[in-house]
Formats: sequence, C-alpha cells, structure tokens
Amino acid sequence: MSDVAAEAGRAEHAHAEHGDYEGAKLGMWLFLFSECMLFGGLFVLYAMYRADHPRAFSAGGSHMDALLGVANTLVLLTGSFAVASSITALQRGRRRLAMGLVGTTILTGVAFMIVKAVEWSGHIRQGYFPHSQLLQGKPGEQLFFSLYYVMTGLHGLHVIAGIAVLTAALILMARRKVTQEHFVFLENAALYWHLVDIIWIFLLPLFYLAA
Amino acid sequence: MTTSEALEHHGALSYLEERGRYGGILGWIFSTDHKRIGILYLVSTLFFFFVGMSLGFLMRLQMLSPHGELFKNADYYNALFTLHGVVMVFLFIIPAIPGSLGNFFMPIMIGAKDVAFPRLNLLSWWLYVMGAVIALASLFGSGLPDTGWTFYAPYSLRTHADVPMAVFGVFVLGFSSILTGINFITTMHRMRAPGMGWFKMPLFPWALYATSWVQVLATPVLGITMLLIFVERIFHVGIFNPAMGGDPLLYQHLFWMYSHPAVYIMILPAMGLISEMIPTFAHRTIFGYGAIVWSSMGIALLGSLVWAHHMFTSGLSDAAATVFSLLTFLVAVPSAIKVFNWTATLYKGSIALEPPMLYALSFIFLFSVGGLTGLILGALALNVMLHDTYFVVAHFHYVIFGGAAFAFFGALHYWLPKMFGRMYNRSAAYIGWALLFTGFNLLYFTMFVLGVMGMPRRYAFYLPRFQTSHVIATVGSWIMIAGILVVFTNLIVSVFKGEKAGENPWGGVTLEWQIPSPPPTENFLEPPTIPEKAYDFEGAFAS
Repeated sequence: MSDVAAEAGRAEHAHAEHGDYEGAKLGMWLFLFSECMLFGGLFVLYAMYRADHPRAFSAGGSHMDALLGVANTLVLLTGSFAVASSITALQRGRRRLAMGLVGTTILTGVAFMIVKAVEWSGHIRQGYFPHSQLLQGKPGEQLFFSLYYVMTGLHGLHVIAGIAVLTAALILMARRKVTQEHFVFLENAALYWHLVDIIWIFLLPLFYLAA
Repeated sequence: MTTSEALEHHGALSYLEERGRYGGILGWIFSTDHKRIGILYLVSTLFFFFVGMSLGFLMRLQMLSPHGELFKNADYYNALFTLHGVVMVFLFIIPAIPGSLGNFFMPIMIGAKDVAFPRLNLLSWWLYVMGAVIALASLFGSGLPDTGWTFYAPYSLRTHADVPMAVFGVFVLGFSSILTGINFITTMHRMRAPGMGWFKMPLFPWALYATSWVQVLATPVLGITMLLIFVERIFHVGIFNPAMGGDPLLYQHLFWMYSHPAVYIMILPAMGLISEMIPTFAHRTIFGYGAIVWSSMGIALLGSLVWAHHMFTSGLSDAAATVFSLLTFLVAVPSAIKVFNWTATLYKGSIALEPPMLYALSFIFLFSVGGLTGLILGALALNVMLHDTYFVVAHFHYVIFGGAAFAFFGALHYWLPKMFGRMYNRSAAYIGWALLFTGFNLLYFTMFVLGVMGMPRRYAFYLPRFQTSHVIATVGSWIMIAGILVVFTNLIVSVFKGEKAGENPWGGVTLEWQIPSPPPTENFLEPPTIPEKAYDFEGAFAS
C-alpha cells in the first residue's frame, strides 16, 4: 500500500473511531431489534391465548374504551411527527425550533401516560384485574386482562424511558453538545420513540379493537 | 524490530502498566479498555466456574451412596443442582468466552483499537456483576432455591424459594449479554482496519459475529419470560398459571426459544477458538474457511428453530414433534462441516502437540461424542426413553464442558503468553490436561451408561443397583477436579512468575501475533499489515 493510501486509510480509520455516526446508528438499530424480540414474546403469548379463547378476548375487548385508545394513538403519532421534524430542524440549524419540537414530544408522552393512568384506574375500579372477583371463573378474560396490564405496562415503561432519553437530548441540545453537526444522539432518541410508537400501533387493535 | 525496541521506540506502555485516570483496582473496574474489561470478565467468570465446580463436587459426593452420602434431606440436593446450573450457565459459560477472550482479542484480530462502544462495554461487565449479585442474593430470601436453572412454571410460581429475585438477576444478566452482542456486531461492521475485508477476518471474530446475533435476537425472549415470572409472582397476574387459565407449556416454549439458542452462544465462540488453534499448531491454512464461516451463520440460524426438542415428552403434537426432530438433525450438518474441516486441516500439516493443541484435539473428540449423542436425543422414540435421565446430563456436559470449556481452557493456554507476556510450565500443563481429560471421560461417560440404565437426573437418592456406576463417576469427578486445580495453579502462577514469552511463541499469523506481549494500550504501535488472506502460513513462511 502506498504511503498516501495508508495515510488515507488511517485517517478513515481514526474517523471511524471518533464519533462514528454510522456505528452509533447501527448500535441503536440492533438494540431496537432486541426490543422487538422482547415484545415479540408477548405477542406470541397473545396469539396463542387468543386462539384458545376467541370469545373471551372479544368480551374483554368490549370493556375497553376504543375512543381513548384511538385518542392516545393520535397523541403518540403527533409526538413522533414532532421528534422527526426536530431532527430536520436541527440539521438546518434551527436549534430553538428543534428544542421546541422535542419538548412537544415529551409533552405528548406525558399526556399519553396520564390517559393510560386514567384508563388503568378505571378498569381497576370496575374490578377488571387479574384475580378480581369479577373475573373469577373466566379464564379467558383473566388472560386477556393479564396480558393487557403486562403489555401496556411494559409499553408504559418504555414511554417513560423514551421521555427520559428525549429529556437528555433536550439538555444536550441546550448545552450545545447535540448540534447541527453532531445530531446522532437526537436521531437515536427519535428512533427509540418511533419504536415505542409502533408497538402501541400493534397494541391498539389487539386490545381496544378486539371486541 | 523486537518488542522491547518497538516499545522504547514508541514509548508505549502495555495495557497492564498504563495508568489511566485511576490507579489500583479502580483502574480496572472503571477502565474502558477492551483488554482490561476482558481480564475483568476472565477473573469473574472463572471465579464463578470454581463456585459451580464446587457445587458439582458436592453433588457427586451426595451420589456416592444410594441414600445420600451428604444429606438425608433432598432439599439440599435440589438447592445444589439449581445453583450449579444457574451459576455455570448464566454466570460462567454464556459470558465467559465472549466476555473475556472475545473482548480481549476480537478488536485486535480485526485491527481495531477498541470496541465500538467502550463505555457500553464496561456497563456490560457491571450489569453482569449486578445480575450475579442479585441472582445469588436470592439465596438469602425466603427459602432454598429448588426450581432447577430452568425455573419451570407452574412450580416456580408457587415454591417458597425467592424466585422473583433470581429471575430478575437473570434478566439483568441477559441485558449484559445483549449489550455485548450489540457492541461486537457494531465493532465488526465499523472498526475493521483498512484492508481487513469481511472474508479476511479470522474465524474467532466470525464465530463471535454469529454468536452476537443470537445474543441480540434470542436473549430478549428469555428477558420477557423471566420478567413474566417476576410479574406473576409479585402482582399475581396469570400468564403461565393454570389456576388462572394460563398455559405452563407456553413458558417452556418461550424459555427454550432462548435457552436452546443459548447453547449456541456457549459453543459457537468455542468453535471459533478451535479454528484459531488448529491452523496455528498444524502450521497450515485452515481447510474450508468459507465453509466454516457459513456453518457458523447456519448454526446461528438453524439453532433458533429447534427449541421444542427439549419438550418431546410434554404432550407436543406429533406433527410439531416430527418437525422439531427433523430440524434438530439438520443443525448437526453445519456442526459436522466444522469437524470435518478441522480434521482436514490436520491432514499433511506439521502438527505441534503443544498444550493448546491437545485441548483442541480433545474438543474435536468430546464435541463429536456430545454431538452424536445429541442426535440420539433428537430422535423421537429414543428421546421418550432417555428424557430426564443422566444421558441428557452426559450429553450436555460433553458438548458444553467437553466442547466449550475445553476450548476455553485450551485458548487460555494459547493466548496467555499474549495476554500477560509470560509462558506457563509446559509439563504441568500436560499433566493437568491428562488428569482433566481422563477424569472428564470417567465422570461423564459413566453418566451415559447410567442414563441408558434408567437413572433419572435431579434425584437425591437412587436404587442400589446404580451404585457402582455412581461411585465410578464420583471418582472421575475427583480426578477431573485435580486436573482443573493443576491447570489453573499453573496458569495463575505463570501470570506472575512465568518465563517471558516472546511476541509470537507459536508462530501464529493472525494480527494479535504482530504486536508486543502484553499488548500496548492502543493495541497497534503502527498500522497492522493485513495478510492477503486469513491464516496465510505460506505467505508468512515465505517472507
């Protein structure tokens, strides 16, 4: 290898080690694959139990407020749109706009969690929870509600994690650590948020539209 | 240029001498250097190996007499086999090779300075330690652990043992494993030195690449399964509990969807190690490089599709059982391809029977025994007879101990001079190997016989007619443990007092042999020369 080529190779090599944009994104995608498999286990369980108890799952779905579910979906989609726009804004150098958009996404996340909390407490007040009096002797509906709490609960934990990551991105933008040139942190945070969003899009029909 | 000249020339210190931000022990447990993290994993996984070995030793002592040599109470034996399994599987063999030798050597072998995410790498080790502490702390919870390492529902849902804590520990350990996988895949995609094409990579990195995919894609399934057991115990939801409509068989399915691929997490890196040692000591290019690469990927793929062969007696439908049996036979094909390639590499080679080579050759033999008995277990009719007998225990130990751990020990002999710059006592290494190999076969081969005779596993007491075999196996365990003690005393002493080993004591041709021993912090003092192809011994000898 000629010296010039060697030098170029070294430079490229060094570049790959310091702030490797592609590498950071690849790592995030791999993490998202593993998240998909985490939820995948739950989707497998849902499929099996729904095949076993189709009527009970339909009955379980009738206790869900589809309107709230759809409203929450719109809330999440708005947040996803905002965070996607924030990357474009940051790339074009409009830092304040980008920060405002990330802030919007965080607010939609909080709103989502509030709606979720209202729903959960409503179900529990009405007596729809595993081991409740109301569900005694109804194994199919027990399973439906067990899965409902586990799957939306795990999803809720992911929303909270997403809010934390986006807040970190906001702080880093304020401190000018995440900038027009180095935006991979924001991009990865947004990828994570989209995952949270997509999982919810599957949860909506499985539970709210199951009736 | 010799090592010392090169070091003086560049003024570079080895990774052992370099003082980072912290000194002393903090300089290790907060270091993001892949080599130091590798050593952290090495020390911690070997520590747990000795814990697991001691538990196994006690299990064998109990088996000396039909009514129990140690305890008359089966609860203690249940605790022993549960702990032996949890410690050996989750704390030793899954993290051992990728965590220690993978971390240490994979970046060097592809010409990189470190892994792609050094801080994440350190986090993986910390998660490993935290997971280990949580899992072991569960012992001091409500009762002795008695679920076996598999935590099968519904028993794990009602036993008095502190299952929630234990499964949470396993969840954290899984997270550590996933992060290592993500790190390694990204490293191999992004950090290969200029000129180090994918198909110039040595086979150990390739094996880790396949392993990492399994870690990333299969481990989360275990994660969710453990999380569900945790949630069931704490919040009394009923996912697997038959009393609440749940199906415990689905627990088994989800558990083995991870835990079968997990045996490939254990064995694939070991196969990579064998692919390093065989060419070096046969002084010959590996036979069928491409076939070995693709068989690694094939094992990773097919290995994900065979999980229900652990469940042939659980009432699986005949159609499902037949499909899983067939797939199990298929997964033997890529494994056999590797065995044939290693054997073919030896043909017309100039074989040096150094200690690492003895381990590599033992691997081929023991792994073949383990693999062929795996086919016996994969056959539906025989499986019904042999299910839950000592035959299964013997098969598993032949593959994982005779396979993965032998490769690991061999690779420690192979790379110790590189890691610490010192050579061990060869006579002691031969003696240790001979004891280990003899004891191993006496212990586990006897278990095959016991299994065929009908001795069920996990029993604290047994019928008197099995006693002779049990005594033979227990004596085998003593010989084997004596061998392990010799091996590790020798290795540990050599780390501190061994003779200085040169840069390349074996005449290896992969990149780690181009750099000083022990390696400098930055690995390469000058950009590495990438060989035309992997394992190019002709090129190396010509120059």
